[in-house]
Amino acid sequence: MCRTLAGLVLIAVGVTRPAPAQDLAAFEKKVSVRTLANGLTLVVCERPEAPVFSFFTHVDVGGDREVPGITGLAHMFEHMAFKGTDRIGTSDYAKEKAALEAVETAYAAYDSERRRSVGRDENKLLELEKAWKDRIAQADGYVVKNEFSEIVDREGGVGLNAFTNSDETGYFYSFPANRLELWAYLESERYLKPVMREFYKERDVVYEERRMRTESQPIGRLIEQFLAAAFTAHPYGQPVVGWPSDLTSFSATDALEFYARYYVPSNMTVVVVGDVKAASVFPLVEKYFGRLKTAPKPGPLRSSEPPQKAERQVVVKDPAQPFYIEGYHRPAFNHPDDATYDVLQDLLSSGRTSRLYRALVRDKKIAAAASGFGGFPGVKYPGLFAFFGVPTPGHTPEEIQAAIRAEIERLKTEDVSDAELATVKTRTRANLIRRLDSNQGLAVQLGTYQARHGDWRELFKDVDRIQKVTQADVRRVANETFVETNRTVAVIQSTQMATARDSGDKR
Amino acid sequence: MTRRATFVALAAGALFAPALASGQAKDWREIQKPALPAFTPQQPKRIALPNGLVIFLQEDHELPLVRGSARIRGGSREEPAAKIGLVSLYGQVWRTGGTKTRTGDQLDDDLEARGARVETGGGLDSTFASWDCLKESFDQVFGTWVELVRNPEFREDKLPLAKNQLNTGIARRNDDAGQIAGREARKLGYGADSPYARVAEYATVAAVTRDDLLAWHKATVHPNNIILGVVGDFDSKAMEAALRKALGSWPRGPAAPRADTTLREAKPGVYFVQKDDVTQSQIRMVHAGIRRDSPDYFAIEMMNEVLGGGFSARLISNIRSKKGLAYSVGGGVGADFDHAGLFQLSMGTKSGSTAAAIDALYEEIDNLLKTPATAEELTRAKDAILNSFVFRFDTKQEVMAERLLYEFYGYPPDFLQQYRAGIEKVTTDDVARVARAHVHRDKLALLVVGKASDFDRPLASFGPVATLDIAIPEGATAGSPPTRR
Repeated sequence: MCRTLAGLVLIAVGVTRPAPAQDLAAFEKKVSVRTLANGLTLVVCERPEAPVFSFFTHVDVGGDREVPGITGLAHMFEHMAFKGTDRIGTSDYAKEKAALEAVETAYAAYDSERRRSVGRDENKLLELEKAWKDRIAQADGYVVKNEFSEIVDREGGVGLNAFTNSDETGYFYSFPANRLELWAYLESERYLKPVMREFYKERDVVYEERRMRTESQPIGRLIEQFLAAAFTAHPYGQPVVGWPSDLTSFSATDALEFYARYYVPSNMTVVVVGDVKAASVFPLVEKYFGRLKTAPKPGPLRSSEPPQKAERQVVVKDPAQPFYIEGYHRPAFNHPDDATYDVLQDLLSSGRTSRLYRALVRDKKIAAAASGFGGFPGVKYPGLFAFFGVPTPGHTPEEIQAAIRAEIERLKTEDVSDAELATVKTRTRANLIRRLDSNQGLAVQLGTYQARHGDWRELFKDVDRIQKVTQADVRRVANETFVETNRTVAVIQSTQMATARDSGDKR
Repeated sequence: MTRRATFVALAAGALFAPALASGQAKDWREIQKPALPAFTPQQPKRIALPNGLVIFLQEDHELPLVRGSARIRGGSREEPAAKIGLVSLYGQVWRTGGTKTRTGDQLDDDLEARGARVETGGGLDSTFASWDCLKESFDQVFGTWVELVRNPEFREDKLPLAKNQLNTGIARRNDDAGQIAGREARKLGYGADSPYARVAEYATVAAVTRDDLLAWHKATVHPNNIILGVVGDFDSKAMEAALRKALGSWPRGPAAPRADTTLREAKPGVYFVQKDDVTQSQIRMVHAGIRRDSPDYFAIEMMNEVLGGGFSARLISNIRSKKGLAYSVGGGVGADFDHAGLFQLSMGTKSGSTAAAIDALYEEIDNLLKTPATAEELTRAKDAILNSFVFRFDTKQEVMAERLLYEFYGYPPDFLQQYRAGIEKVTTDDVARVARAHVHRDKLALLVVGKASDFDRPLASFGPVATLDIAIPEGATAGSPPTRR
């Protein structure tokens, strides 16, 4: 109904106005897709609102392809993709290349001696460490600090950043529209010939990121343990930032091997959104990204999570305030029930009418926030449907657990009302529209859907599928998923809370 | 508007043609960068009603949405010291407590079924009431918004719920080292009792009553204290008529209260918060900053860019990239619209390099005073700001938000143009002068949150250390004891 209304109004106003941008038909007119000869996929969305554009480079590899010894390497490479190339960030690449090779040789010698469990020679180790550091100092002499980022900043780029998660790696920023060719050059160049300069300093930086996000945050510490317990075979159990031992061991050579296998054009999707013409973007991308060498797309991951046989529990005794999370294995994004999980998430968690808000926050007043969400830590492979609750002062994780379980039981035994289901469906449609209002947001979404489903249109079809979910679907999926043997529970039990209570009289 | 869109499209087509004709560039410097086509962003329509309400209307027909937000003068800096948290509670219960005719829960049901939102909230110097809806449900949703703004009920039962939120925040405020550092640095920079630094406690939250919320509403929500911005898929004439009809007869009221914003100087020294469950120290250095209407503002912006703007700035280049001491490091002289900001440097580093990191930050401060900005650094900073200038008005929403901001703080409507002109004029001498005027090593309060036993060198090597007590005071009155089971 909303589409018809909006459509009518626009026709009345005049034909010169751009078509309404909220539906698939409108986007069909603005979006074009090409696959280059080397296998790289390019998506262009014309959105001439202002003379700017944003892009998103999606690489179909994240923590999912890491094995013991190299956990954290996908994220590490993401950091290295800002360090420049053989033409950016160096004062003399020929000499720098030789110096970096010497660093790798020295590091290999140092690292193998360091990790000898029997007969390690401490004096030799010190010598090897010094030799390695000396060579780093030599190689650093050729570095032009942060030249890649400096060019982007200076040329008017904004929002320069990147992310790595369990499923994928993404790179993005926005440029004024007259920098399209410069962008095509810079963005292809960093995947054409990345140089692992300052690798070991950057490894320290990444370890600081781990200290900040994981080690020094109570909930960060808990989530790492939670995922490690929930997954036994699948890489979703490994932290994306990497285990400490790997973060202090892997080498620039490891990073280049990882890059060579996964940063191939057939594994990459590039999206440009903004004041551009597809007819201008295609030849430029062909010209610059066409330089990337053709290579086969990596084969599917072998490991999959075996069915869980028994409930798992993690209890972290921590000086921080209490926290509760539980998760149940669920299928991947391309399973027919995916839309039903989306409905469950919305029903349980969206806004003040959501079931968990009303039960835990509004009525029982035991939680400051409570939520159930669909694909954790990713959706590319079977992941978790997780529930969490933040207890209010004086309330316990046990109370949160009981209240969440009561809501789960309700989903399993009673049909969702017509009104509730209708609200979920309306809200999903309205929220899709709200997600289409920025170049950068659109680029990320079109790219993610194109890479994951092989078609950006699935962004809109996802919403259509949600419209077809029935009461019976919700009940069936709840009954299949939310069972004890499929569950992992993780709790922060506050040691501080116990202390405060024990010493309460003394104060 | 239509002509503008066509012009941009044509210009874009034209300027990419030469690039296509050329060959593949080997070096980024060879790449042609045609001038950006002239772009005049669509300005919102400003309407001043006789009752003092100022309205901005910005048509944006891309998506079938209508969004509006009223910014109301008066915020938490104006709340009484014994009732800190009042404005935050007010901002929550305004919406959850419903209107004279409908409860907040009824509003929830009605709005969610339409995929719409009406929200309220409290901030430092203002409160807000906003809506966000599909164009098709504008009449109903705007009606709800008017009802909530003119006739809120602040039902008693939602006040404990809002207090639960604040008390949970208080209970958890020492869990995260970064949060501790941010909060305590503000106290050091502004003074612990300053309206810009003080925080809610169980007792101040417990002291707030429904009458306080009603009184706050009565003291502030009058048309002459409000600026309303509306953006989206509407016809301005029709929207203006609807707004005049709904809000034109609303009588004026007293001006909103205004806090005294004189600031005390920070007390220099070395401050420490013990936190044993971390592997990374949080470091802050802080003293008073400037106001945005200071004549030094533009030069300060350039100094900030050289020091901490982006990856190529000094702090990131030297402390992160070169020394590998931090993931997160940044800082600069803060410049708020109507009160002085703070000069602040912040970073996180592993416990074992805490002292080395402090040395590195001091070195950057010394270096900033010795060699404030080279000609090359200044050019780079100007390029970064001026070449990306178009991103300050690349959406219609942003253009309106900018105007609203200047209106709220009494800045000229063309402040953005003045900013650009101001930046262009800054010289290296200006940067040197403002660095000397506004950055003072001897006035800095140094704060470290971390595990002292793992530090590479005792903090005492930087001067006498004052350990801050961050224990959370228990509630003085019944209602929200933190340790009740």
